[in-house]
Amino acid sequence: MWIEILLFGLLLITAVTIVGLNDLFAAAMLSGIFSLLCASLFTLMDAVDVAFTEAAVGAGISTVLMIGALALTGSREYQQPTRLGPFVVVLLTGAMLIYGTLDMPAYGDPAAPIHQHVAPEYVAGTDAEFGIPNIVTAVLASYRGFDTLGETAVIFTAGVGVMALLLGRRKREDEIQIEPSEDELKGGDA
Amino acid sequence: MEALGIWNYWGVVLLMMIGLYTVIARDHLVKKLIGLGIFQVAVILFYVSMGKVTGGTAPIIPEGADGSEVYSNPLPHVLMLTAIVVGVATLAVGLALVIRIREAYGTVEEDELQRQNRAGS
Amino acid sequence: MSIKPPMRMREKVLLRVASKAFIPLILLFALYVQFHGDFGPGGGFQAGVIFAAGFVLFGLIFGLEALQQVVPWSIVERAVALGLLVYGGVGVSCILRGGRFLDYGVLDHHSPMHGQHLGILIIELGVGLTVAATMLAIFYAMAGRGRA
Repeated sequence: MWIEILLFGLLLITAVTIVGLNDLFAAAMLSGIFSLLCASLFTLMDAVDVAFTEAAVGAGISTVLMIGALALTGSREYQQPTRLGPFVVVLLTGAMLIYGTLDMPAYGDPAAPIHQHVAPEYVAGTDAEFGIPNIVTAVLASYRGFDTLGETAVIFTAGVGVMALLLGRRKREDEIQIEPSEDELKGGDA
Repeated sequence: MEALGIWNYWGVVLLMMIGLYTVIARDHLVKKLIGLGIFQVAVILFYVSMGKVTGGTAPIIPEGADGSEVYSNPLPHVLMLTAIVVGVATLAVGLALVIRIREAYGTVEEDELQRQNRAGS
Repeated sequence: MSIKPPMRMREKVLLRVASKAFIPLILLFALYVQFHGDFGPGGGFQAGVIFAAGFVLFGLIFGLEALQQVVPWSIVERAVALGLLVYGGVGVSCILRGGRFLDYGVLDHHSPMHGQHLGILIIELGVGLTVAATMLAIFYAMAGRGRA
């Protein structure tokens, strides 16, 4: 348990550093380290598939996209004064959430409600019905196939959204209205 | 020692609040998206840490299993695995929007955007 | 994007040699993750991301034009939709074979377990295709924007 707490501490320190940095290129690189720490934490929590995904996404794609976007938008953030308002909001929200956790089951408790309902069926059924070792794959693809279909559709939609936003012709103000429209041409002929 | 048992939720709340603060207080839109990413990781950690069972192993059935093994709960893993990939796809949509905003306004600082909008209207 | 000066990146021997050594391994690893997902950690989502990351690395080092010769835009565009269609198609073919939507057991007449294996394999392939193509499409869109 202490290794988990130590990693969580490192995660928090990295997060605070990312927030404090004004150079966003450095922040994007640090978010790679952030992902790596997350992946180690997921492994310790037995979520190997999640750790794998986090490592692949955090190191492979997310950083590249972030840096690509920063190259197009500028990477310096203006130094801004620390404002009191957001800090108070965050402090209040955090206090309420902590209050909400007080009657949650302890970390790793096998008697927690989450372990009592469908999960034992999935674990028992995977071997009997599918004969494949990885329970996560069985749940992902078969027990919860509708869910995964929806997630795939979301990814598809996001891809189409990015294409719609970025693949159109780039219009500047001086470019608009250079070519006369069809109506204007007809009017000129008449 | 009972209070120490729920340390994972406290860590998650702290991380979540760091993300929330970034989203509210920072003006640079890409920085806001980074904050949103931290917030998202906090939610994922919340789910995954709930699925952990003390003494359990990763939910992969070893060869020659006799049914006495204890596995961590696979369900949150499935949900969060897809959430991470969906998260990066939505991050891309957000970044695309930021790029378009930059092209239209010449800036990605929120207060500057609001100033321009006020001046324009 | 950061590939704006592609010449300089391409001329760096270390980057070129290292990436040429790594890219085949990354793609091979992605295929392993894709098809070994039933047995160990992995599956379509991870494999798709890793597969796309291999091509993104190629694009970063050798430039967008070189990448477009390897994977033309028309293929990427179609693969985004194709993956989702494969997934949905498996569901529909389950209905046509007398089962319920995404009930893979009916895919094999002799043994439902084999049907399940087949169904899981195909839909993971669909997921991997959509994820990889979407990530590549996003990279193309952003990188192309940088030089327009």
